[in-house]
Amino acid sequence: MSVLDAKVPEGPIKDKWTNHKNKINLVNPANKRLIDVIVVGTGLAGGSAAASLAELGYKVKAFAFQDSPRRAHSIAAQGGINAAKNYQNDGDSIYRLFYDTVKGGDYRGRESNVYRLAEVSANIIDQCVAQGVPFAREYGGLLDNRSFGGVLVSRTFYAKGQTGQQLLLGAYSAMNRQIGKGKIEMYNRHEMLDLVVVNGKARGIIVRNLITGAIERHAAHAVVLATGGYGNVFFLSTNAMGSNVTAAWRAHRRGAYFANPCYTQIHPTCIPRSGDYQSKLTLMSESLRNDGRIWVPKNKEDVEKIRSGQIKPRDLSEEDRDYYLERRYPAFGNLVPRDVASRAAKERCDAGYGVNQTGEAVFLDFSSAIERYGKEQANVLGEKDASHDRIIALGKEVIANKYGNLFQMYEKITADNPYETPMKIYPAVHYTMGGLWVDYNLMTTVPGCYAAGEANFSDHGANRLGASALMQGLADGYFVLPYTIGDYLADEIRTGAISTETPEFDEAEKAVKDRINELMSIKGSQSVDSFHKRLGKVMWDKCGMSRNANGLEEAIKEIRQIREEFWKDLRIPGKANEFNPELEKAMRVADFLELGELFAKDALHRNESCGGHFREESVEESGEQQGEAKRDDENFKYVAAWEWTGDPGEANLHKEDLVFENIELKQRSYK
Amino acid sequence: MSDKLMKLTLKIWRQKDADSPGKMESYQVEGISEHMSFLEMLDVFNEQQINQGNEPVAFDHDCREGICGMCSLQINGEPHGPDRGVTTCQLHMRMFNDGDTITIEPFRAKAFPVIKDLVVDRTSFDRIQHAGGFISVNTSGNTQDANNIPVEKENADKAFDAATCIGCGACVAACKNASAMLFVSAKVSQFALLPQGKIEAKDRVLNMVHQMDEEGFGNCSNTGACEVECPKGISLENIARMNREYLKASLTKE
Ligand SMILES: Cc1cc2nc3c(=O)[nH]c(=O)nc-3n(C[C@H](O)[C@H](O)[C@H](O)COP(=O)(O)OP(=O)(O)OC[C@H]3O[C@@H](n4cnc5c(N)ncnc54)[C@H](O)[C@@H]3O)c2cc1C
Ligand code: SF4
Ligand code: FES
Repeated sequence: MSVLDAKVPEGPIKDKWTNHKNKINLVNPANKRLIDVIVVGTGLAGGSAAASLAELGYKVKAFAFQDSPRRAHSIAAQGGINAAKNYQNDGDSIYRLFYDTVKGGDYRGRESNVYRLAEVSANIIDQCVAQGVPFAREYGGLLDNRSFGGVLVSRTFYAKGQTGQQLLLGAYSAMNRQIGKGKIEMYNRHEMLDLVVVNGKARGIIVRNLITGAIERHAAHAVVLATGGYGNVFFLSTNAMGSNVTAAWRAHRRGAYFANPCYTQIHPTCIPRSGDYQSKLTLMSESLRNDGRIWVPKNKEDVEKIRSGQIKPRDLSEEDRDYYLERRYPAFGNLVPRDVASRAAKERCDAGYGVNQTGEAVFLDFSSAIERYGKEQANVLGEKDASHDRIIALGKEVIANKYGNLFQMYEKITADNPYETPMKIYPAVHYTMGGLWVDYNLMTTVPGCYAAGEANFSDHGANRLGASALMQGLADGYFVLPYTIGDYLADEIRTGAISTETPEFDEAEKAVKDRINELMSIKGSQSVDSFHKRLGKVMWDKCGMSRNANGLEEAIKEIRQIREEFWKDLRIPGKANEFNPELEKAMRVADFLELGELFAKDALHRNESCGGHFREESVEESGEQQGEAKRDDENFKYVAAWEWTGDPGEANLHKEDLVFENIELKQRSYK
Repeated sequence: MSDKLMKLTLKIWRQKDADSPGKMESYQVEGISEHMSFLEMLDVFNEQQINQGNEPVAFDHDCREGICGMCSLQINGEPHGPDRGVTTCQLHMRMFNDGDTITIEPFRAKAFPVIKDLVVDRTSFDRIQHAGGFISVNTSGNTQDANNIPVEKENADKAFDAATCIGCGACVAACKNASAMLFVSAKVSQFALLPQGKIEAKDRVLNMVHQMDEEGFGNCSNTGACEVECPKGISLENIARMNREYLKASLTKE
């Protein structure tokens, strides 16, 4: 075990980034033209990085497995993006955003990175508005804000329920400008299957052209991985179907350490599953918790009546409802952070209060908000004597303006009208805080290989606050990488073009081809999806919202078994040299089956509860916080970064000690 | 959940690759619940095909929540199927009945060649965006404070509505001329309605329309079919606005 050097610059936290930028090496414009950079992924992180690097003058090649950069998973983000603008004059500041993020992450993030994130956040909004991103506005023409979980200020900028879409289309437009100029070469429908390392430096990638099946080599002076999160290791998640760990995992196998793989965010407000055929879960944005109140019936008899349809949720009087978040966490109420809200829902459902047939659902109710907004609106319109019906109608309009598309989405999926009856929701896997370990410069442990966005581990500790992933992706891509990568590339100006005709490229290409051949020649009897579902079930049951040593040990065994069976009995129809979605999935699931084991191993070793990682062995036993998660700073105040040694079960642990100089370590309380 | 299961006949377009001819093939699928999404029905179908040793049918999809624009099926002759205001991935089987025959084809247009089965190549849409679908600001972040550019709420809202286009191509598939006017006009409108976009408005509309013609999309003959089938409710108003912008630009440019 070694101690990792995060290369955090010296000096007071508020000066670190400025000092660092002043000191790092730059590449002059003429030389940038001689340097190639590969960016894998065109979501918010990769799209913004590719555009910015091309603008600076580097020759950029960008890759995505979808048919267009605009379709990256970031497009689906709903609720908003944080920035410390303090437009609402409610006491927000860079420090407060920094503080909230570190606390929200349960003190498992790196202070210096988080501070920088808060520092550049305001610029993101300026940048996006200049690009024509149509954020929500007030009648005076200025930008509007909403609040999100885990904080006490309104700092979230949004574009109805389609914030990710609008931000991604902004980054996509910046990319288009550079593609049009020939400065970015875009490779759609290409999947990275290996990283090529030459003399210890990342020098290229091996990709599969998904249309023809051809295996291609691409070389560069540096490689940026912005390939998103790995929540799909659970099979069911709110991630897009194609989201995967392959690029990050392959880099891991080539020497990049994987940090905190067990830190997963389980989002409290998703549409519950309806059957075995379920292919994914749909998020209902956290912004809904601004106006929706979460409850279950107080009495079991009412639960039964609701499940069997004898009574409707709205029939239940206020006294017979348990607004359990408001009850348990009076200070934050329905706006507690996600991990807290999810566990509270699980607690109620495990106790038998779940409100649907499967017993895995709670209500998210908008009736109070509809009435409150209706009254407000009636006052604005001067309708002093508005009838109840009129008030409700006005209130529904306000709600439709704020959340129209989410309500429509909900109704299309469930056939229930959430304006009339409360939504049913349940927690689902949503985001992975873990990812490739990176230093302050976002470089992995493979020199020249960078990781940005959800693919890295850097900013969110053990739990991410709402609206902070979009912020981080764009901060990494627009404002951090363009500087820090120059520091590395300054030494590369005399290297000359990187050749793909080297033994290292030969070896990597051969490894990819061999893997594909092996998969294709199994010719077994079970489909990829059937294995993926089995893996997902183990992950959910034993590495999900609450974990214990026994379960995790079983998980490790079961995952190994599934993996063995996969390599013996998988069936992939069709051929390798053609468009073959089953083969694509198989390659991703093969990597999930390895990651899953490391995930469980990491969760097992971390015998503390922190953020989204809840160990049943580590809870507060008495006092005001009784039953809440118990962190163990004495033994676990570090980042766990795992080194590949040939088998996920044998991974080597490296620690980065986390130093808190600007924020006092405290028990996280939302009471 | 108590739930009666449906049995359906699927008529699906099968095509090996871009160079091979394709044809409709008939299949049976069983055990379909009304709570499934259309794509989950196809998952079940594909699982059955794989288990029987056949090749599953290829279709595009990713987010499965109506936002990425990847899914693209022509179902019973309509892009994204019989429901309104939804994409294929949001369409649910409760729109169908036990015993139904459902035809499933790719989006058809000269500018959207078939890659395999139901998967088409829509990169022509990207190339139109490369021609002008952006505002020429650098990503340095050293722009002015966001609130120094106030935008009238009404225009901001209209710009947003136009910007919600997901680039799926249903408008093209719905149009007998395979015109891309609704798609292109949505982008042109978003920027034309915002002060930031006004500066390059003329070049933008001329360049994007030029590229649209280059790609082989047809002319607009105002049938309005695109608006009906658009899953995001992109309005024909945008086409009218683009025509005005185009006219203005052609008259005043040189
Ligand atoms: C439903 C939903 C709602 C959300 N809402 C919010 C919100 O309101 N606010 C917020 O802050 N966050 C939100 N998040 C989280 C946020 O959207 C994501 O964390 C973020 O968008 C990730 O961006 P990214 O650029 O890192 O990766 P992604 O957007 O996932 O992009 C990954 C890219 O990598 C490419 N890729 C992956 N693997 C390969 C490979 N092997 N080869 C080639 N290319 C590859 C893909 O093609 C894609 O272009 C939400 C997430 C979900 C699921
Ligand atoms: S205008 Fe509508 S139908 Fe056409 S691409 Fe956009 S969203 Fe799809
Ligand atoms: S799969 Fe994304 S819109 Fe249908």
